[in-house]
Amino acid sequence: MDYYLQTLLIAGIFITLTLSLNLINGFCGQFSLGHAGFWGAGAYASAVYTVFYALPVPGPINMLIAIVVGFIAAAICGLIIGVPCLRLKGDYLAIATLGFGEIVRITIMMTEKVGGPRGFINIPHLANIFWVYAVAAIITLFMFNLKRSAFGRAIISIREDEIAAENMGVNLFKSKLFSFTIGAGIAGIAGALFAHTQQFLHPSNFNFMWSVIILVMVILGGQGSVTGSVIGAVVLTLVPEILRYIGGTIAEWRMTIFPILLIILMLIRPQGLFGAHELHFKKSGGA
Amino acid sequence: MSNTLPLLDLEHVTMKFGGLTAVSDVCIKVFPHDLVAVIGPNGAGKTTLFNTITGIYTPTTGCVRFNQNDLKNTKSSAITELGIARTFQNIRLFKNLSVLDNIKLAKHTRIKYGFWAGILRSKKFIEEEKKIELECIELLKLFGLAEKKDFYAKNLAYGQQRKLEMARALATGPKLLLLDEPAAGMNPTETKDLTELIHLIRDQFNIAIILIEHDMKLVMEIAEKIFVLDYGHLIAVGSASEIQNNKRVIEAYLGADIEGVL
Amino acid sequence: MNQNFTFLLWDCLQYLINGIAQGSLYALVALGYTMVYGIIRLVNFAHGEFLMIGAMCGFYAIRAHLPMPIAIIVAMLSSGLIAVIVERLVYRPIRKSGRIPALITAIGTSLFFQYFGQLTFGADPKTIPPFIAEKIYNFGEVNVSNVQLAILAIVLLVLFFLWWLTHYTKIGKAMRAVSFNLEAAELMGINTNQIISFTFFLGAALAGLGGMLMGYTMSIEPMMGMNLGTKAFVAAVVGGIGIIPGAALGGFIIGIAENLVAGLYKSSFRDAVSFFILIIILLVKPSGILGKNIKEKV
Repeated sequence: MDYYLQTLLIAGIFITLTLSLNLINGFCGQFSLGHAGFWGAGAYASAVYTVFYALPVPGPINMLIAIVVGFIAAAICGLIIGVPCLRLKGDYLAIATLGFGEIVRITIMMTEKVGGPRGFINIPHLANIFWVYAVAAIITLFMFNLKRSAFGRAIISIREDEIAAENMGVNLFKSKLFSFTIGAGIAGIAGALFAHTQQFLHPSNFNFMWSVIILVMVILGGQGSVTGSVIGAVVLTLVPEILRYIGGTIAEWRMTIFPILLIILMLIRPQGLFGAHELHFKKSGGA
Repeated sequence: MSNTLPLLDLEHVTMKFGGLTAVSDVCIKVFPHDLVAVIGPNGAGKTTLFNTITGIYTPTTGCVRFNQNDLKNTKSSAITELGIARTFQNIRLFKNLSVLDNIKLAKHTRIKYGFWAGILRSKKFIEEEKKIELECIELLKLFGLAEKKDFYAKNLAYGQQRKLEMARALATGPKLLLLDEPAAGMNPTETKDLTELIHLIRDQFNIAIILIEHDMKLVMEIAEKIFVLDYGHLIAVGSASEIQNNKRVIEAYLGADIEGVL
Repeated sequence: MNQNFTFLLWDCLQYLINGIAQGSLYALVALGYTMVYGIIRLVNFAHGEFLMIGAMCGFYAIRAHLPMPIAIIVAMLSSGLIAVIVERLVYRPIRKSGRIPALITAIGTSLFFQYFGQLTFGADPKTIPPFIAEKIYNFGEVNVSNVQLAILAIVLLVLFFLWWLTHYTKIGKAMRAVSFNLEAAELMGINTNQIISFTFFLGAALAGLGGMLMGYTMSIEPMMGMNLGTKAFVAAVVGGIGIIPGAALGGFIIGIAENLVAGLYKSSFRDAVSFFILIIILLVKPSGILGKNIKEKV
């Protein structure tokens, strides 16, 4: 039972994480390879609050504060990285964010107060599966409504064509910085939930490999699709577990099967399962 | 009164890229409600001129004034807000968005609700969005694109894409519209429709229009004033008949036989 | 005080020499990144894994009692062949789908080989003996080993070879043409697929050579490609990705900076310093030290 609960919990956290990267990558079209860094910054900052500076208030309120701390810490990181880096485009932005993500991880590794390379222990168990899915639901709704508002449209236009977007009166820098900062902040919220459900953090949870996994979840679902992100996160959390469950050679080779599936997906459907669409129950006309 | 003040005023604008001078000491005045054309051989600096007006490039020397505002250090997006809209030579639509969303986007600077109103879907947001949608559909009707509102922009026919780009530019609420080769790739019937459409736009929206065009028939038919660029220099200004008989213009085009072109 | 300062100078000189030796290895690996990027604008994340495979094959060649020069050739050929196969099976079909799917595919390929390596070669570190018997020469307080000198010489030779190849051979000129404009090169009758395969082979073979030479300072293991690959990649970007001399310059800069910082400050900063240099370069001159800035045409 615990094992299933844990898998579900991780899936919920990844829904929030994938949505947060979708805001940057899918909506705004900015290629980030350092998202795990924001996740880690939020996780560690919120844990520092609950472990060292917790206020004498009931647990749920402290958890709320921890979420806010995680959001702010990660959003500040996003802002610091975004201001200089968002001038860069495509591959170069990806490389710069990769570098920053690694710097965040190395900084954590060298900070003795949070356990350095040994990991951060004794984090209070303040969140549970209800917290995780309540947050995931709120963020999903946030993304849906953002997509249908003028701000969302402006951000999406940047992905489509920067020059045309600017020509429509969209302030490129502000809109990019907005999506980058908010996306980082939401990843920080996912970090706070991760810290207070797992009760243990290790720098290797937030390395480049995890940035890639989150990105793959976004791309599997379809860049720009909110429902796609939710499904991408759930599917990719479950696939390795299912491969493990099958057992035998497949379980042993699951970490090589995973990249092969990824490559096959790129070959046959590079736009992801949903493209930029949402999962609809009513038929949409025209296109 | 207002007729005496130019809407757009280019004063000795020069644009250099390294050693290459794309636009050299060009002075152009455009008044409200004007319909003018910029012509010239390939590489004469026409599109570069548009790019300096819309803030994509900052002129090396000289100054661009719009409604008496110096546009130096004004961002492209802010220039749109001031009231200059444009289309692009190589159509730049938001290809993966619906026709309607393309137009809605252009209303970006005129949106009156805040960020949280959008997220929380407040009453103001819903009303404002409804109003915008109606306005956008009205505009699409004018361009005969209303039935295609849910199509992806990329799935429109080429001529329709050109029209959509014009509609999108108009949706930003401009006082001056820059059209970069609107007739490129159109067949003669479509070009004829376009001629009427451009007149209609100018009168219905009461705006000034500058157009870059290679289709001389279109230019001679609709432009009240023509500016001729050659190697970045403004070599002639005048009405259609004046330009057709201008010796320097004839030399610039092929060196001879302009009658064939015109 | 004065004596301390003299020691500091000697230390710096020693770190500089170690840095040059290490940097030349980064340069060797960075060349592959840069050549592939130059020709098809792809950041080949699997390049580090090509290096790992080369080193592994070289290791088994040595264990099979093949002499060192043969083992090096085995390493280079196996890296190169794997790269050509990967290019043919995976990168070529994805090329038309755009850059982000291509980048994801490269990352997928990299992950595949990391785990494939763990399952076939085992996760335990292995050691490759130095390719020549090590001798250490003392110059004052500074030690220089003949291995370091040999590595530097090999890398300079490789650079000279690449310069000659790209400027004076038919295939090299074709490489330059393809990197300048792939479609135009194709129209001129160049078999672009062949040129791309050759570039992958050459780049990966150099990585395989790098893997073998590295054996003298560190053990080899299936995950080594990640760390070394990232550093070499950073070197390529710092020097100006797509530019062959840039890769060499970047490699030396990263190698020297790492050794100076690790020696004079804290060794735990060794890995962070390359990323700091990367970010500074990207902010000051995104196209790299030797790169040219290109503006998008409107």
